[in-house]
Amino acid sequence: MQLESMYQEIILDHYKNPNARGLREPYDGESFQVNPTCGDEVTLRVKVDGDNGESRVTDVSYDGQGCSISQASVSVLTELVTGRTVREACTTMEAFVELMQGRGQVEPDENVLADGVAFAGVAKYPARVKCALLGWMAFKSALVEAGQSPEANGVEVT
Amino acid sequence: MTTSTVDHEQRHVPEPLDVAALRADFPILARTVRDGSPLAYLDSGATSQRPNQVLDAERSFLTTCNAAVHRGAHQLAEEATDAYEHARATIAAFIGADVGELVFVKNATEGINLVTYAMGNAATAGDEAARFRLGPGDEVVVTEMEHHANLVPWQQVCRRTGATLRWLGVTDDGRLDLDDVPEVITDRTKVVALTHQSNVLGTINPLAPVVRRANEVGALTVLDACQSVPHGAVNVAELGVDFAVFSGHKMLGPSGIGVLYGRRELLEALPPFLTGGSMIEQVWMETSTFAPPPQRFEAGVPMTSQAVALGAAVDYLSAIGMDRIAAHEHALTEAAVTELDAIDGVRIIGPTEVVDRGGAVSFVVDGVHPHDAGQVLDSLGLAVRVGHHCAWPLHRRMGVPATVRASFYLYNEHSEVERLARGVREAQRFFGVV
Ligand SMILES: Cc1ncc(COP(=O)(O)O)c(C=O)c1O
Repeated sequence: MQLESMYQEIILDHYKNPNARGLREPYDGESFQVNPTCGDEVTLRVKVDGDNGESRVTDVSYDGQGCSISQASVSVLTELVTGRTVREACTTMEAFVELMQGRGQVEPDENVLADGVAFAGVAKYPARVKCALLGWMAFKSALVEAGQSPEANGVEVT
Repeated sequence: MTTSTVDHEQRHVPEPLDVAALRADFPILARTVRDGSPLAYLDSGATSQRPNQVLDAERSFLTTCNAAVHRGAHQLAEEATDAYEHARATIAAFIGADVGELVFVKNATEGINLVTYAMGNAATAGDEAARFRLGPGDEVVVTEMEHHANLVPWQQVCRRTGATLRWLGVTDDGRLDLDDVPEVITDRTKVVALTHQSNVLGTINPLAPVVRRANEVGALTVLDACQSVPHGAVNVAELGVDFAVFSGHKMLGPSGIGVLYGRRELLEALPPFLTGGSMIEQVWMETSTFAPPPQRFEAGVPMTSQAVALGAAVDYLSAIGMDRIAAHEHALTEAAVTELDAIDGVRIIGPTEVVDRGGAVSFVVDGVHPHDAGQVLDSLGLAVRVGHHCAWPLHRRMGVPATVRASFYLYNEHSEVERLARGVREAQRFFGVV
């Protein structure tokens, strides 16, 4: 059945057992994102240490409510970006966005996306792409609020 | 007056619909979706499907007499104008209005905006428009169960004019809280705008006490009839409302065409909203005078084939009979409420007593987000709506972020209700909550 291609085990695991939810202090940037068509919400905070170019995401915390896709996606996000340089985190973000906007035509690179590849099936359902991207939109805005735009860290965003 | 005991012999029982036969009029219902599942279209609350009769009427208009209405003197213009005005008369009769009381708009949303902007314009119009003026100290009353279309335009007109927005609450079981009426609708109230039938809860609101109170305090009444006119007999004159709106696409008609009904006397005094061609009487360089209603409110070349097709949709519905359609939907609703309520972990958001209740059945499934439940249903060929259905404050009131909504129409079958219940159980199984 097609359903399994969307709801990979990894997604269901993250949905049922998300990485520690709850907002933490201290943080440098925070963003609240809501999907106005369905009401799914994510609030996400980032803590960044070091200067532009060298800076590193030292903590990501979040809270939210919504469907399995939006909530699993933000849980996976925390794994993919915490401890990475902002440049690496933004490269991963770009790869994830490209995958999600690819209508199922983009071959995901597991080296870059790790568990994020599980969302490849979601890309075939345009109505759910926004769910998968909600947390990432929050991450991007929170970085900008922390004075760490992807561009300032040498990552081209599409 | 007779003391009638309402027993089954006496009650008028409408003849059941031949659903299989009428489904043949709707080619789209025969398609399959998602790898071959037969489509069960349970989203008519969002938009309905169109029968061949409606599609043919639109095409026939376009292939025989298409022209700009109310503008030319050639034969096509004459025939096009006749067809357009004939549709107006058909639809007016359908809702118990006079032909001059019916304004064509794009959809219900535009109809409500027409009223709110025209009321805003009353501030600078003549004395005849005085009763439409809003300002500080005036109040507009809506309800907590409104679709955003009947909420946001009122918020906005209050912002522009300094009036205050108030609302009637909703009870835990999804009924309008009538206890609030005397306290919320007062001498300060200028407008009471409410929905006839909730697009989420299915609740059919008791209009009589609200209209009575509005009349007592001299407030205008605006009815959102989007979910009532398509599904049962509605007579605006009998209801005694001042304005009413509904959308063609929810009643077997095209998108891009809707209706604003306004009592003649009010439309005559109401200033225009959109201005330009076709809505004028005389125009000079400095100023203009306006045509009488309904033309005053139909600026520009209107939707024409769409209006004609909506007339055909009304003919289609009338030929079947609105009481038969209502009875059919009632039976489907009763079955859906019963079947869903019987599933452990499913909670219906809205009345479970199928009285004064239409065919929108919204629910939540413990442990399965509505989006995910909807995805499982979709994979089984069931088209339902998930989310807040443009009624976000209502969802907050009911304590849920979102719901799954199945909504029924004349072409739905009992087997589709059974598929829905099976699909919900499948969603529970898939997400491991049972
Ligand atoms: C109760 C109600 N009011 C208003 C609307 C708005 O209708 P439309 O989007 O056609 O303007 C809808 C449908 O979406 C509705 O269900």
